Amino acid sequence: MSADHGDGALAARVRRAETLLEERGVVDGAELDAILDRYLATGSPANGARVVARAWTDAGFRDRLLADANAAVTELGFRAGGLQPTLLRAVANTAEVHNVVVCTLCSCYPIALLGPSPSWYKSEAYRSRVVRDPRSVLAEFGLTLPDTVRVEVWDASAETRYLVVPRRPDGTDHLDDDKLAALVTRNGLIGTAAV
Amino acid sequence: MSRINDVGGMEGFGAVPVDNAEQPAFAADWEARVFALNSALLRRGVYNLDEFRDAVERMPPAEYLDASYYERWFAAITTLLDERGVLPRADLDG
Repeated sequence: MSADHGDGALAARVRRAETLLEERGVVDGAELDAILDRYLATGSPANGARVVARAWTDAGFRDRLLADANAAVTELGFRAGGLQPTLLRAVANTAEVHNVVVCTLCSCYPIALLGPSPSWYKSEAYRSRVVRDPRSVLAEFGLTLPDTVRVEVWDASAETRYLVVPRRPDGTDHLDDDKLAALVTRNGLIGTAAV
Repeated sequence: MSRINDVGGMEGFGAVPVDNAEQPAFAADWEARVFALNSALLRRGVYNLDEFRDAVERMPPAEYLDASYYERWFAAITTLLDERGVLPRADLDG
């Protein structure tokens, strides 16, 4: 929030805009409610986690995901697109490379697979610094990478969104897809956590 | 020429406000209404997504930096509604 005006004044102005637009027949309140219900029901990091778990247990799926993520996620019933069709690209962490995603211009993010983006993702601090000094930004998230690991930073745009495929943790050979998916965090899917 | 939203590599924004706790999608109800309003206006073709992004990005730099995420959205929406004569600024100001 800016310090100039309280939330109350702004909330009232938003209400006034909505009321005037409804009176003029431009939008209607029930439609807005339906949009919100749908938005809040669809996207979740649990979706991205399921994609990752499948990639860990099914080498063929992993190959398809890395080759054409838009097509691959439909195998699990997901759709990458938002309001406009966008290219989804999955980038996999390895022993040599750690991937991290940002949208330096604003907040582009694969909402269908990750849910609404966290507020830090939209902050100027993250957007400005992770491209210049990713290691210190990752350290602020508690992720310290050895110098031998190369960091690749992917800048999302209106056309292309990214999903990080973290490395499968050691000692998880006995786990099924559901249990594996439960290990994957939202930050892991953005690249600000190891998993 | 880059605009104020093009912050990649810029210095001086400080530490990342890391908060690993689950956050609600919207911090306040008005944010949710702004989100829904924008979706509906896009769907109606009052403006398109590129025009919306442009309206955020051409905010006066000081206003952009002072505004929260959804304040920027609302500023862009009201700018476009005013420019297209759908909801003139004077009507909103009442």
